[in-house]
Amino acid sequence: MIDIANTKINFLKSRIITFIFSFILVVLSFGTFFVSGLNFGIDFKGGTLIEIETENEIEIAGLRDNLNTLSLGDVQVQEFGSKKNLLIRVEQQSGGDQIQQNVVEIVKNSLDSYLSSEVNFRRTEVVGPKVSGELIQSGAIAILAAVFAMLIYIWFRFEWQFSLGAVVALIHDVILTIGVFSITQLEFNLPIIAAILTIVGYSMNDTVVVYDRVRENLRKHRSKNIIDLLNLSINETLSRTIVTSVTTLLALLSLFIFGGEVIKGFTFAMIWGVVVGTYSSIFVAAPLLNYLDVKREWNTTSAVDSTR
Amino acid sequence: MIYFSNTKILSILLVIFIALMFAVPNFFSKDQLNSFPSFIPKQQVNLGLDLQGGSHLLLEVDTVEIVKERLENLNSDVRRVLKKNNIQYSNFKNTDDNLKFVVEEFPAEIQKEILEISVSNSQNILQMGDQTNLVITRDENQVSISFTDEFIKLAVSNAVAQSLEIVRRRIDELGTREPSIQRQGSSRIIIQLPGIDDPDRIKALLGQTAKLTFQLVDTSTNYDPLNPKKAPVGSEILPSDTDDSFKYIVKKRVMVGGENLVDAQPGFDPQTNEPIVSFRFDRLGASKFGRVTQQNVGKPFAIILDDTVISAPVIREAILGGSGQISGGFDSEEANDLAILLRAGALPAPLIILEERSVGPDLGADSIEAGQYAAIIGFVAVIIFMMFVYRYFGFLADIALIINLFMVLGILSLFQATLTLPGIAGIILTIGMAVDANVLIFERVKEEIRSGSKMINAVENGYKRALSTILDANITTLIAAVILFFMASGPVRGFSITLAIGIFTSVFTAFTFTRLLISIYAKSLKPSLVGMKIND
Repeated sequence: MIDIANTKINFLKSRIITFIFSFILVVLSFGTFFVSGLNFGIDFKGGTLIEIETENEIEIAGLRDNLNTLSLGDVQVQEFGSKKNLLIRVEQQSGGDQIQQNVVEIVKNSLDSYLSSEVNFRRTEVVGPKVSGELIQSGAIAILAAVFAMLIYIWFRFEWQFSLGAVVALIHDVILTIGVFSITQLEFNLPIIAAILTIVGYSMNDTVVVYDRVRENLRKHRSKNIIDLLNLSINETLSRTIVTSVTTLLALLSLFIFGGEVIKGFTFAMIWGVVVGTYSSIFVAAPLLNYLDVKREWNTTSAVDSTR
Repeated sequence: MIYFSNTKILSILLVIFIALMFAVPNFFSKDQLNSFPSFIPKQQVNLGLDLQGGSHLLLEVDTVEIVKERLENLNSDVRRVLKKNNIQYSNFKNTDDNLKFVVEEFPAEIQKEILEISVSNSQNILQMGDQTNLVITRDENQVSISFTDEFIKLAVSNAVAQSLEIVRRRIDELGTREPSIQRQGSSRIIIQLPGIDDPDRIKALLGQTAKLTFQLVDTSTNYDPLNPKKAPVGSEILPSDTDDSFKYIVKKRVMVGGENLVDAQPGFDPQTNEPIVSFRFDRLGASKFGRVTQQNVGKPFAIILDDTVISAPVIREAILGGSGQISGGFDSEEANDLAILLRAGALPAPLIILEERSVGPDLGADSIEAGQYAAIIGFVAVIIFMMFVYRYFGFLADIALIINLFMVLGILSLFQATLTLPGIAGIILTIGMAVDANVLIFERVKEEIRSGSKMINAVENGYKRALSTILDANITTLIAAVILFFMASGPVRGFSITLAIGIFTSVFTAFTFTRLLISIYAKSLKPSLVGMKIND
């Protein structure tokens, strides 16, 4: 039996240490982002991606050499789940959208003649320079819009102090997610943007639950020291935080392990996001309220949930 | 919060029942469904191209080309007006978006006359009323003429509408299964082709403007490979479709064009058994064709498709019947495609393929299988975990979770929303997150019990207290889903849809169905059944 009630963990005791820890991670994320950037997939970089399946195992190096003689620029070949499944990436061709279209045909012909066994073309994606530019832009706008919408919503429902704390935690999560993709050099593509948006939603969800309790306790315990009050609120919501994180992680892990190769990166981003989002609600968003001078004199008649 | 009127109970059960009815068809094959009575819904979830296999193409109408072509037409009209009025001009040239020339004098009445050409021209093609569609600007002696933004917008919009129609006709001619062809934004066309994973032929069909013209070959001179750009005035040099080394010199004047065709069919030449395309002109085309062939017997007549000479047969006798045939050394598939292109008509401007995403049927099926597998395992894991933590309440939450899943499926089927691979991921994520509302409530109930409330009051207050938290927490996720819906397209959009539906159904079930179940048992429940130690 799990009962995580009545915990009295002093989460804020080491807040300076956790702040420094978060700060180092953020700086590290920024650092690697500016040094090594992101490994953009064709969604954002343009280019051609072909997934093939063959009857026999293929020697990748030979195939790579062969494809690199086609003068299509850099051609990458990598295993995708098994030795019979390969992913071929051809970089963006200079000369516009029309030229880009010929790449598929050239590669297909070359594969058919190079490989003796039957080739099954499972997936073909071609993204031209125009579209990739737009996708990167709309992706960035979507994330900013989501963060901004959260800022407004929390401001509306709480106070500006809460809104600021929540958004700092949110930006922390987004930066760390981009950072992990920069450090691991996992492919950063369109679904990752969707994952980041979900992380924004999830992390906010977690923060809101803690904040709701903080607000309630602010009304209940008017004279309580703010640090004790924040600790109390985190502890009171701790079992919910853990149970929901675990169920979400169980579902995501199942997807990560059994859901197939195509959405692995997407699932990885979300698993990371749930972990980081949970961490930031407890160790970033809540302790920040200590420094933001939250209002103590709540008008009890307007209190939403304690009067209804 | 725990007392329900009978009407409420009934309506909760009814909503769930309806959702289940719509979810059920997804568990049967199409054949089985057909044997069901007619009152049972038969719609299944719409699978995205990434799951059923198929091809997605994003095309753009080349708008620069539209303006350029119109400027070329304008070129000769403007020159004519200038010549007629004895205006000396020099440095006359076309750029991508305007005409430029240098004049000494440029009287106002000439400007007016030029503006009028544009009015009479535009009335034929586009409904611009008697407004001019030209802007004349003059800087010292330098004059430049360009189209108004309004006119360009209208021209582009017309060209896109026309392209859409022609694209649709070309694809329909190929007999593709349920293609979806839609306009996106001002100049783009999205094509979805279920079941096609190698769209090479369609791309080739769409990549051609298919502008067919019949022009006379200029026999006054021969093509000189050493002087590859030199053509007599009024003639142009065009490549040959069959012979790369050979080029034709043809007269620029178009004798008959593809717009006068009424039909084109592939076939075989009875003598040579070579694939051909036979065509038929409308009345105007037939009379033009008759006249030209009558006057030019013995001369080669070039058949030109998109600035490439397909063939240039010698006219043996006047062709008055208005029909003819093209043979150009093509195979039967090429003949078939050419016939399709000619029947569907020429595109007003070239189409550029901006994006292609094709998924083979195997990968789609593998993705569905993997998705189902992951969903079941994730689901079982969450169910066990919830029972472990909340015991009896966990069991109730699990029942709600199952109903939740059915409701998501039911709503997807009802609205015929498209389920994609990221969409499946959204459902699986929902499995994990859907229990959150119940978790929030249960934790509240536990707290109430701990502070000394009786079970029934604890449930009552637990629901009350958790309400605003649940709403706040879910609205934030919903905001993210809505933004994603508007920003994304294709598979990722499917994710935002399932995520949003999941949020609604989980809040709904937590506040209606689970609450109903709990209220029924609340009076008899003991804290141990909620997963609490008795001595808490």
